[in-house]
Amino acid sequence: MTDVIDPPIIGGGAGTLVHDDHAADAHAEHGPSGVLKWLTSTDHKVIGMSYMITSLVMFYLAGIMALIMRVQLWDPHGAIVSPQQFNELFTMHGSLMLYLFAGPFAFGGLANYIVPLQIGAPDMAFPRLNALSYWLYLTGSITMLLGFFVAGGAAAFGWVAYAPLSAAVNSPGAGPDVWLMALALTGFSAIFTGVNLCGTIFYLRAPGMTMFRMPIFTWNMLVTGILILIAFPVLTSAVIMLFCDRHFGTHIYDVIGCHTLIHPNVPAPQACGSPVLWQNLFWFFGHPEVYILALPYFGIVTEIFPVFSGKPVFGYKGMVFATMAIAALSTGVWAHHMFTTGTVLLPFFSLLSLAIAVPTGIKFFNWIGTMWRGQLRFTTPMVFSIGFLFAFLMGGVTGVMLAAPPIDFFVHDTYFVVAHFHQVLFGTAVFAGFAGLYYWYPKMFGRMLNEKLGHLHFWFTFVGFWLTFMPQYGVGLKGMPRRVAYYPSGLGWQIYNQLSTIGAFLIAFGFLLLLINLVRSWRNPVLAGDNPWDAQTLEWFTSSPPPHHNYTHLPPIRSERPTWDYNHPDALALRHGKVPVPAGSRSTNGSGPHNNGDGGAKEKVPV
Amino acid sequence: MLVPVVLGGCQIPSFGAYRGSTTQGQTAFKLWQGFFIAGLVIGGIVGLLILWAVLRYRKKSDTIPPQTQYHRVIEIAYTVIPILIVAVLFAFTFVAENKVTAISEGEQVTVNVTAFQWGWEFQYPQYSGVKVIGIETQAPQMVVPAGETIRIFLRSNDVIHGFYVPQFNYSEYAQPGRTNQFDLNIVHTGVYRGQCTQFCGLYHSLMLFSVRAVTPSQFQSWTQQQSASNSASISALKKQAAKGDS
Amino acid sequence: MKIEGIFLIGVGIFFGLVGTAYWFLSYEQGGTMMLVGTCLLGLLPGSYYFYWYRRMQGSKFFYWGTLENKRGIRHEDRPDATIAEGAGTINSFPGSSIWPFVMGMGAFLLLLGLVFGVWIAIPGVSLMLTALIGVTAESRRGGHI
Repeated sequence: MTDVIDPPIIGGGAGTLVHDDHAADAHAEHGPSGVLKWLTSTDHKVIGMSYMITSLVMFYLAGIMALIMRVQLWDPHGAIVSPQQFNELFTMHGSLMLYLFAGPFAFGGLANYIVPLQIGAPDMAFPRLNALSYWLYLTGSITMLLGFFVAGGAAAFGWVAYAPLSAAVNSPGAGPDVWLMALALTGFSAIFTGVNLCGTIFYLRAPGMTMFRMPIFTWNMLVTGILILIAFPVLTSAVIMLFCDRHFGTHIYDVIGCHTLIHPNVPAPQACGSPVLWQNLFWFFGHPEVYILALPYFGIVTEIFPVFSGKPVFGYKGMVFATMAIAALSTGVWAHHMFTTGTVLLPFFSLLSLAIAVPTGIKFFNWIGTMWRGQLRFTTPMVFSIGFLFAFLMGGVTGVMLAAPPIDFFVHDTYFVVAHFHQVLFGTAVFAGFAGLYYWYPKMFGRMLNEKLGHLHFWFTFVGFWLTFMPQYGVGLKGMPRRVAYYPSGLGWQIYNQLSTIGAFLIAFGFLLLLINLVRSWRNPVLAGDNPWDAQTLEWFTSSPPPHHNYTHLPPIRSERPTWDYNHPDALALRHGKVPVPAGSRSTNGSGPHNNGDGGAKEKVPV
Repeated sequence: MLVPVVLGGCQIPSFGAYRGSTTQGQTAFKLWQGFFIAGLVIGGIVGLLILWAVLRYRKKSDTIPPQTQYHRVIEIAYTVIPILIVAVLFAFTFVAENKVTAISEGEQVTVNVTAFQWGWEFQYPQYSGVKVIGIETQAPQMVVPAGETIRIFLRSNDVIHGFYVPQFNYSEYAQPGRTNQFDLNIVHTGVYRGQCTQFCGLYHSLMLFSVRAVTPSQFQSWTQQQSASNSASISALKKQAAKGDS
Repeated sequence: MKIEGIFLIGVGIFFGLVGTAYWFLSYEQGGTMMLVGTCLLGLLPGSYYFYWYRRMQGSKFFYWGTLENKRGIRHEDRPDATIAEGAGTINSFPGSSIWPFVMGMGAFLLLLGLVFGVWIAIPGVSLMLTALIGVTAESRRGGHI
């Protein structure tokens, strides 16, 4: 019982709605309503929206924790919070930002919403599994926050939970245990989402949407999905083993019962556990994790630059292979977080870590190439994306410095590293992430966000970002370690900390403006229409917001920009390698609204 | 006349890092300078390209710009050149890291450093009975001779700590169940502050220490003095710790 | 399915090479095991996709029955496919279902029970079992759209 909707005349050859097998009328509103509708929904758009809202709440909570820490660090011996509270704050700030915001916003929120739309699918491949992923994520978030309410407080061992600090004897109480359970819940949530992403991209593409015509955002989400499957099971196993150490009397990570030795050449007796094993397992997850956090955001800006330059992505295939190279290399560099343990094969890890700069550089040059000779429109998504470029550029350069063990030896665990990873994470999850929010908001809600407020948000965030993190590089080089509630006075470190605190409050103000913008867009909506940005990929062909099962009809898919081809058939004549075709010099066999799906196909169409 | 003045007074800036008070630290510092300059140049070029594109290609009209999608030569160039740059950086890194981590064969002064929550103990196995121990802000001081090879054996009694002396441009983890060893060759006499870098619990931020480099003869007299009064100073410190510990 | 298969088999080969190099350079067991695991993670689905690709081409090597399985290339892998070719049923997309929520709450209570006490884990396990039965029954009878 399938419904067939007559194809429209314009753009002939355009599509038929393909229905699922229980297609009564997809638009009849029988079924649950209200809260029950939300609880039972398996629609990827609803699930993606829920993920995004939940992760943004986590972002704001973690941001408040950061502000409290920065106020504490205004003075060398601040009295805002106690050392125990400070340790809980940085642990939870890191955990919320990394486990509960940056990842879920990207692969649970935006990818869930956008990937099926970009490939012309009605939903994700496993809708109920998708819903389960969300409920595991929500309950995992609640579980992690429960730590603040248990006796003994939240986990206080840093988001990395190094053994033996995370053992029961050193970190007693329920706080660390709920933290571990939260990781188990969100870990399974992520694994199921990874399966869903790969399955959807492999099996549910629309006709003509070959792998090398997929938008780069979708490619990046595919690679992210594979990385999730590589990395998260290792974390989950490591966490289970830590829980066993804490409660079931195993000695996997601790050395209780071993004799600690003065001379390294005397072999250790009996069966010793190994704290370094935790580090190996954790970072085998942890390094791909930060690329799981980065690649979706690279994908977002790769969607935005072409649209607001009026050009296609430059070097599409190079982008795809660079993403694969980044993912592959990132799985082989985990021990660069462990250079100072003395147990690591230094040349192997430093070479591979340095090598990641190559595909990342390729991406940078492709982004610049996309903008080059374009007609740049500085909308809010575009300025946030340009901000990402600058932030990630410097963050990437300092990352290359950290890849050299002799340098890492003196900046490891100092504020230099803190500044580095905040630059890369802020560059991706914040600048690129909020670029994506501003970009896709009209598609999701059918209304525009205010451009002026958006620009103000950007400038406060951008200026605040540099003011917060540049002094941290300086004070880290001077020797200030990270994860400290107090620092010695008289060393000249205070001014750096104070500048950093001021910057943090500038960032906070920018995010207040975002909230105001969101509220205003609901109170005084400005309708968006299907394609307010004159964007290029398939999701901009359908209505804003998309209907149930996404598409009532589809345009012909002959390139990586089906919507652009549909709206600008005359631009097909300009598609070339490097030489622009002078206007009027070739036959307009691809022009006009009655262009059929194969118009202009005689010239080389990138596959 | 200008040339010797310029050459004499012109020193590549330190770019914020310490120039290194050990030979190992000086090697690390030179690598830092090289990486910083490389980063400045490459980051500067890319940053300027971004800035140029943003300023120069602002939308001027409604005509659709040339839809350039690839340029094989440029793409190959910006793949191959970074690979070469990475190879050069790795070569310098490899040489430097071998120098910094090298353990010498000759005579050395051995110090066994034990980290614990939340203080440091320095024990001198070659001078029986010499031990310095201190908790938190008492900042125990490791006295060593300058100009000689000092061999540190580093371990922990409980959790992982980090032995970090910023001016030596070096840190390493103190771990339970495993002893790390490294060499320090301090160039100048002086006092160098140190601190725990690897987060180790409640009073991590107070786990301070220092290293005092003295002349070899001063070191000898210090060890003799310590042997004599060792037991007295340890019990005094413990009493102080018990009083001051909140 | 060709590109998917090659992509994943490529993952497998890459980590096979890296894992081998890492073992002989470092003799470190933990990292080597993880790299070997990653190699297998790529080879397993990759070989499956590649097998199906060759089988759909009609390769006798992968299928020695008659050639009714020779479907050629899927329409989403053909650059000249038209939208009309994709008409009809794509897949089953279950609509509203309470069972993911129930399963999620069950997992939540189970894991909290491991921390706070078995008495919370018991309702958690029962919710998970209920959800498992419920989702299976729902799949059998068709469920809501």
